[in-house]
Amino acid sequence: MSLTSDPPTKEAPERAAPEDYSALKVVPVRNPWRWVAVAATAVLVAQFAHGLITNPGWEWEVFADFFATETILKAVWITLQLTFYGTALGFALGIVLAFMRLSRSPFLKSVAFTYIWAFRSIPLIVQLLFWFNLTYLYKKLDFGIPFGPGFFSFDTAGLVGAMSAAVLGLALHQAAYAAEIVRGGVLAVDTGQLEAAAALGIPRLRQLRRIVLPQAMRSILPNAANEVISLFKGTSIVSVMAIGELFYQTQVIYGRNGRVVPLLMVATVWYIILTTLLSIAQYYVERHFSRGATR
Amino acid sequence: MTAMVDIRSVHKNFGSLEVLRGIDLEVSTGEVAVVLGPSGSGKSTLLRTINHLEKVDSGWISVAGSLVGYRRRNDKLYELRERDILKQRTRIGFVFQNFNLFPHLTVLENIIEAPVSALRRPRKQAVESAERLLARVGLEDKASAYPRQLSGGQQQRVAIARALALEPELLLFDEPTSALDPELVGEVLDVIKDLADQGTTMIVVTHEIGFAREVADTVVFMDEGRIVEQGTPTEVLDHPRHERTKAFLSKVL
Ligand SMILES: Nc1ncnc2c1ncn2[C@@H]1O[C@H](COP(=O)(O)OP(=O)(O)OP(=O)(O)O)[C@@H](O)[C@H]1O
Ligand SMILES: [Mg+2]
Repeated sequence: MSLTSDPPTKEAPERAAPEDYSALKVVPVRNPWRWVAVAATAVLVAQFAHGLITNPGWEWEVFADFFATETILKAVWITLQLTFYGTALGFALGIVLAFMRLSRSPFLKSVAFTYIWAFRSIPLIVQLLFWFNLTYLYKKLDFGIPFGPGFFSFDTAGLVGAMSAAVLGLALHQAAYAAEIVRGGVLAVDTGQLEAAAALGIPRLRQLRRIVLPQAMRSILPNAANEVISLFKGTSIVSVMAIGELFYQTQVIYGRNGRVVPLLMVATVWYIILTTLLSIAQYYVERHFSRGATR
Repeated sequence: MTAMVDIRSVHKNFGSLEVLRGIDLEVSTGEVAVVLGPSGSGKSTLLRTINHLEKVDSGWISVAGSLVGYRRRNDKLYELRERDILKQRTRIGFVFQNFNLFPHLTVLENIIEAPVSALRRPRKQAVESAERLLARVGLEDKASAYPRQLSGGQQQRVAIARALALEPELLLFDEPTSALDPELVGEVLDVIKDLADQGTTMIVVTHEIGFAREVADTVVFMDEGRIVEQGTPTEVLDHPRHERTKAFLSKVL
């Protein structure tokens, strides 16, 4: 029966006395095809799990031997350090860049814009190799009056070791993306909020810290978490600089003993565990910043 | 009586659009001025120039004897730095049409934010006076609620308490009841009436003619960026002299 083709009834049909529906049995909708899909998927999952357990190619005993060795644990620690410093420095610089882009000064705006444009254009690996070879470009770094005399100086060879070159590269790269994420979050805050804060005479920095940023955090956080997780896995790229992070060390070990698959699994499982921990942290941080968002 | 607000030949353009075309208005201490006028006549813009949310293009405004946005030295006017403008604004309360409460802060935090950060009041003292203000607007039990948990009328009453927390010499209201359901308008107007009875100086932009009649000392009718006529409620509302005032009143009454 369709509503459109029914001729309109001339007279309203007689209203029957309201029925009592409570005595009737409720029959839920049946979805036979859903059950077929569930069964098919279950078979595939079971096959895959069976393969994981029984296929000797996975060499689980080798996996177990290496999973928590000192070399691997040290490598995990270096990966975590790279992630931490890359994120912290990257977001610190990113916040500065975001507010430069949001400022009224055309000069600050265009500097920030150019930075973001440049660092988003250069592939991370190319940039890392540049920093790694900084010694070749600048022999010494002077700290002092710009263009004037230096107070103290470093040989770049000593200062930019492989690890600092890696952190620097990751952070500068991360800053370009962080800047856009932060800027997007700030723009998403209702302009009425800033007006109210201005009308109340709240000092400028306090407006940003207390009114704008906490509200911007709601849209910044999911994107920021994505960035942290992708940076975390992206640290594997610094293996090209022979830094002993997780992926580099697994490569070294399977280069020696030839057990490629179980060692790749060692790296994989560590990446999964740590990503899971990051996701859990994300949940709690997001919950903190959603105060007042719902009834 | 002394002039609390003194507005002299204020002009304001947005690009090529002339929004204010020479406004002169004086509001005395303790006076309640109600501004009426059709949409787009520049009422909000005028209100926003008074606390320097908008900069005027020419003319000047003074509030409680000090020039808004400028400092005079000899025969020159120096533009104030943002810090000093913010300080000036703490003496002027502004209530927005759509409340603009801070949604991530509780009602109490909303109210004490400006006294603590702008006036450097001790937190304890700010909390005590916030609680008194909440009682005054009839919301003493909502201190720890978040704005989204309140009705529109309650939110606007919190916004009024927030503006009062700075103990301003002047209150500006931009259509404080326009975003409210009809049954919530009364509770907000009652709070404003109460403030008027206690001698608060205020300028209220509204479409509530009944409220204007009851509370206003002066009714100001604006159209196309000019003040067309002003006077007591009886003069302007009951015996309007200008055609445009008559046309406007016949539409809203
Ligand atoms: N920031 C702005 N940029 C450009 N034009 C603006 C801006 N703010 C206001 N205007 C314009 O100025 C005119 C007056 O606006 P204003 O908000 O002061 O009117 P109003 O009298 O408050 O109207 P309403 O009753 O609708 O609130 C309108 O034509 C509006 O479009
Ligand atoms: Mg308006």
